[in-house]
Amino acid sequence: MKKGMGDPLRIYGPVFLMFLYAPALMLPLFSLNDGIFPNFPLAGLTLRHYRSLADNSNMIAALKNSLALGSSVAIISTVFGLLAALAMTRFLLPGKRVALGTIMLPLVVPSIIFGVALLVILRRFLNVELSLWTIGAGHLLICVPFSMLVLMARLEGFDPSLQEASQDLGENAWMTFWRVTFPLALPGILASLLMSFTASFDEFVLAFFLGSTDTTLPVYMFSQLRFPQRLPSMLALGSIILAASTIVIAASELMRRRGVRPQTGAGL
Amino acid sequence: MIIALEGVTKSFGAVRAVEIVSFEVRRGEFFAILGPSGCGKTTLLRILAGFEEPDDGKVLIDGKPMAGVAPHARPTNMVFQNYAIFPHLNVRDNIAYGLRRQKLGRQETDELVAKALELIKLPGYGGRAAQELSGGERQRVALARALVCRPKVLLLDEPLGALDKKLREEMQIELRQLQRTVGITFVFVTHDQEEALTMADRIAVMAKGKTLQIDSPAQLYEAPNCREVAGFIGTMNFFHGRVTARPHDHAIIDAGTLGRLEVGGGGKLPNIGSAITVAVRPEKLTLSQRPIEGWNAIAGRVSAQAYFGDRSHFYVRVSGVDRLIAVARQNAERSLDDPSTIGTDVWISFAPEAAILLSE
Repeated sequence: MKKGMGDPLRIYGPVFLMFLYAPALMLPLFSLNDGIFPNFPLAGLTLRHYRSLADNSNMIAALKNSLALGSSVAIISTVFGLLAALAMTRFLLPGKRVALGTIMLPLVVPSIIFGVALLVILRRFLNVELSLWTIGAGHLLICVPFSMLVLMARLEGFDPSLQEASQDLGENAWMTFWRVTFPLALPGILASLLMSFTASFDEFVLAFFLGSTDTTLPVYMFSQLRFPQRLPSMLALGSIILAASTIVIAASELMRRRGVRPQTGAGL
Repeated sequence: MIIALEGVTKSFGAVRAVEIVSFEVRRGEFFAILGPSGCGKTTLLRILAGFEEPDDGKVLIDGKPMAGVAPHARPTNMVFQNYAIFPHLNVRDNIAYGLRRQKLGRQETDELVAKALELIKLPGYGGRAAQELSGGERQRVALARALVCRPKVLLLDEPLGALDKKLREEMQIELRQLQRTVGITFVFVTHDQEEALTMADRIAVMAKGKTLQIDSPAQLYEAPNCREVAGFIGTMNFFHGRVTARPHDHAIIDAGTLGRLEVGGGGKLPNIGSAITVAVRPEKLTLSQRPIEGWNAIAGRVSAQAYFGDRSHFYVRVSGVDRLIAVARQNAERSLDDPSTIGTDVWISFAPEAAILLSE
């Protein structure tokens, strides 16, 4: 391909990145603005919006809810995903494709439809009180497919004779799992934990429909947007979340790269 | 007897992978199971290791019946075809993998691993990552990992198949020496007849799930008991005919257009009138301008030639025989300008004692 100045891809790249990241970078900028409205010119720099967050007990409660919910969903979804992925990759199951398709369905169904449907089922037919538990159940539905996809990709890559070798060397199925399968699947397990935590942590629609007054951070943030004077502190909160997720993503990427060291020889 | 198989049968769906196989392996023996791919040899090995349960028949290892005994509880260890080195462990931990259940101290384990590394001629490799090993090194580590468990039987599934030719020849000798050193019974599966002949004390030749012949390499080569074995081991020429007389311990065979052939010297002779195959190895045939007195002689014309360095094969067209007859000649003398003999009329001669009679 010609690599002159006229190459449209050379312009497309930077423009694309700008559309992607510039709005997100506005967030920390306006969170430092000593004023209520996010517009230029800035009225002066301040950290008071960040300080005010520390005193906001409703926000703290929502954050705690989100962290607890995210961690629980991540662990349960990874366990379910691992079991399902082991079954899918190791055995020839009848109706495997149908089962896989059904589990993956939440990835393509819009979450608003899921939210409404689950709300109707929970309230109308099962008469369950809405709480963090109902949000968690909803999140599990959308996280298990993620976990399963990640773990299946990891498990499909490895040689079934490794498990046979372990049994041949005197270990039963349980010890073989802990000494061979688990360590080999570990990078996938960590990736699954991170992905499902993030998916649950910033999920809004299901949390909005399935939650009660005791709610998660995204729902709390949405509720605060009605009050203009609360906007700057929400921008500050958003900036903190942005920074934290950047660190987590960077860490997980490092971990993933350590996990996929080139494996020579094994497959011929 | 360290291993005894009695009527072992195994099917996968409609495919009968192993059909009524019975044989015994002696203690300390280097035993080969030889056959083309798909003949059931790997299934047989996996039955010994416990990864497959036979549908019928008995497997005894060291006198104990193995029915229902899981792989981890058997006194066997296996070297897998692709070596199955654990990619998340280094060489030391790979070799020490099977030692966990013996609850040894760290020092004892280290000593055993060091000794095993010495045995496979990779001293100081303990700290290497599995990914850093070459094909040959992986094979050695797989061997050490199995041997360190002191199995009663070591099972090897095409252990040299993944190595290049040069390395394979070196490993054949090394494996043989190693087996003598450790004194463990080796059972190995291969499709490479040369590998089986050079390494094994005894070979079971398999085809289509059945054992055809179980014998020493020399017996298999010199006295195959059927056409399949004769054709599979080495190169063999076949002539067809009918027995017309049996003077003394010889058989006179009417081979149609090839004339009268005389075969004899040892073995049971077939009945007069029975259809028979006469099998002769290329190195037992002689090419000459005139028929050799007292030998069987067949006229033909040289149609191709193959040079193998130490010897050459001449392929002779004989009218009435579909396949070309291979005749070997040792290239004992150094000759660069060997005039091609292709197209010349020759006689193929062989002594009556050089041929084998196989019933059809």
